Amino acid sequence: MAKLNMVQAINLALHQEMERDGTVVVLGEDVGLDEGVFRVTAGLLTRFGEARVIDTPLAEAAIVGTSIGMALGGLRPVAEMQFDGFSYLSIPQLEGHASRLRARSQGQRTVPMVLRFPYGGGVRALEHHSEAREVLYAHVPGLKVVIPSGPRNARALLVSAIRDPDPVVFMEPKALYRAFKEEVPEQAEALPLGQAQVVKEGRDLTLVTWGAMLHRSLQAAEEVDRRRGTRTEVVDLLSLAPLDGETVVNSVSRTGRAVVVQESPQSYGPAAEIIARLNDRALDRLEAPVARVSGFDVVTPYFGREKAYIPDAARVARALEHTLDYR
Amino acid sequence: MPLSDLASFQVQRLQVLDQDGKLDQSLEPDLTRAQKLALYRAMLLAREGDQKAIKLQRQGRIGTFGPSTGQEAASTAPAFAMTERDWFVGAFRELGGWLARGMPLENFLWFHNGWEEGSVFPSLGRTLPVNIIVGSQTLHAVGLAYAMKLRGEQDSAVVAFFGDGATSQGDFHEALNFASVWQAPVVFICQNNQWAISLPVGKQTHSRTLAQKAIAYDMPGIQVDGNDALAMFRATQEALARAKAGGGPTLIEAVTYRLMMHTTSDDPTKYRTEAEVQEWWQRDPLKRFRLYLGAQGLLDEAGHAALEAEVKAEVEAAVARFEARRDFKPDAPFDHVFGTPHPELEGQRKTFLRELAQAGGPEARHG
Ligand SMILES: Cc1ncc(C[n+]2csc(CCOP(=O)(O)OP(=O)(O)O)c2C)c(N)n1
Ligand SMILES: [Mg+2]
Repeated sequence: MAKLNMVQAINLALHQEMERDGTVVVLGEDVGLDEGVFRVTAGLLTRFGEARVIDTPLAEAAIVGTSIGMALGGLRPVAEMQFDGFSYLSIPQLEGHASRLRARSQGQRTVPMVLRFPYGGGVRALEHHSEAREVLYAHVPGLKVVIPSGPRNARALLVSAIRDPDPVVFMEPKALYRAFKEEVPEQAEALPLGQAQVVKEGRDLTLVTWGAMLHRSLQAAEEVDRRRGTRTEVVDLLSLAPLDGETVVNSVSRTGRAVVVQESPQSYGPAAEIIARLNDRALDRLEAPVARVSGFDVVTPYFGREKAYIPDAARVARALEHTLDYR
Repeated sequence: MPLSDLASFQVQRLQVLDQDGKLDQSLEPDLTRAQKLALYRAMLLAREGDQKAIKLQRQGRIGTFGPSTGQEAASTAPAFAMTERDWFVGAFRELGGWLARGMPLENFLWFHNGWEEGSVFPSLGRTLPVNIIVGSQTLHAVGLAYAMKLRGEQDSAVVAFFGDGATSQGDFHEALNFASVWQAPVVFICQNNQWAISLPVGKQTHSRTLAQKAIAYDMPGIQVDGNDALAMFRATQEALARAKAGGGPTLIEAVTYRLMMHTTSDDPTKYRTEAEVQEWWQRDPLKRFRLYLGAQGLLDEAGHAALEAEVKAEVEAAVARFEARRDFKPDAPFDHVFGTPHPELEGQRKTFLRELAQAGGPEARHG
């Protein structure tokens, strides 16, 4: 086992999957010689050569469109979008084709590709470099959406994403890229897609979140638990689509209270979907309205204001207290 | 039957001042002494401002930005060929052009310190703010040009800037096609600075020139020495005149070089050699224009020293104004979602302000 940060852990998954399976190719802007702007693709060009590690011309729709063709042609492309804000340029290909070819061909054809990109705020970057818009992808039937929360699960989820028969959008919380290290086993491990994890057990309230929000949420939960003697359960979704409703519903059925934390704007966000599932399947177990802590419905503010706009531990803690106090 | 020739094309290159400042008099544009000096001063301001901004970034006083050192002529000279009636549609590496269009340097610094307020300046007029999504602005430029035409504004045209990397985007090709079909009054200026982050232009395209991309759309395309301010002025002036006379769009490939890193987060030693960079320093647009001004008797050593001191003081004054500003309203993002307030969004604003107050006020929360 080695202690790796998330960049190194994702890099390990790429190295091992490319080693294991000669059909895996990596493509994107500056992924080869430059090793990616965050160095996620470090060493790949040297190890696997230009035919499998492709520095493409600058065109996101073309990167994804050609990835679809590669996947149809028997390869397993892992395409990179340089930043979240530029991934939108690939949406016509994702929504129009990647997500639909299985249905269009009645299961005769599949698109086993991964589209990975850094996501979310917190690194004091320019406009379009700090976006949390997972619903744009999670809303599209036929696309899987995965958001890891640490080095070890990032590695294990990416392995599954690459091996998956369907297109997977793999969003990497960039604020976590170098935030901390974790033991990551050398031996390849895979985590199933579409499954959440209970990362802290409790009985008084269920906190549901994912990605970079997990860590500040855990901090808030521990603080509130210490202050009040409560025990908050924390669920890390890991996959936004398909969504593991069962884990969330089971937890809330036991605790009776829930708070959902998302970085993205509030309206039509993942929290709304989670609350709807609770409404469908656990309403009679709820002892308080389900609260959500989210971004606001404003154009992602530049970094001068981002700290004020991205939910922090204090905001989460206030929502926890409020929900615990509800009678 | 033998094949017959339908059409043949050529691609031309324009240079007025060579890299040693030697002038081809037959091509010299018609500029007054004052205009020439003003153009040089504007390029020097862009250079000094850019170098200062790199220092500020290194000291943590601003965030990431893309330096434009070495590319001053390619955006400043076109701005001098434009009037206030023309639209300036930039990307993100046109500091010289923006300053020449009246953007104060402190605005650039606010913008790059994470404040949207940087995009607001008194002489905004027909100058669009920074456009980061590579290539997308070329389409906006065509729409603007169409609007000018429809409104009968015959004294207005649009100048759009973008990089060599942008020519790979569908948007670029779609923009050229629309502009050509509509015969829209727009001038496309591609700053071919040889690199798109780590990708050299030779891997961006298999075409020998970027200018030739105009041929497919049947519009004039010309390669210009982009480090030659006189050539850039001349080419833009001609293209604007043609556009305003109803002659449609033009593509100008400005051959230049990014002497600095892609952005302050980039390490260019990973992908290019120092020898290449040094070679391009020999073609520095400022050095060349200064030699020309010297030869014309417009700027001697003493005059240059005085000008440099003046420009440096101007940069320092801008930095002082940049640092003095504190009035960034925390809830400003709520002001600019829509033009009309909506109760739901106003409710969110209240929540935001309440949370902010609980966190100890804006100072505590600004990052
Ligand atoms: C659509 C899009 N994709 C990716 C990026 C990230 N990015 C910023 S600049 C750049 C290279 C642009 O190259 P070029 O057009 O030659 O302009 P230059 O940076 O050289 O001025 C890239 C890939 C972006 N801003 N927009
Ligand atoms: Mg370039």
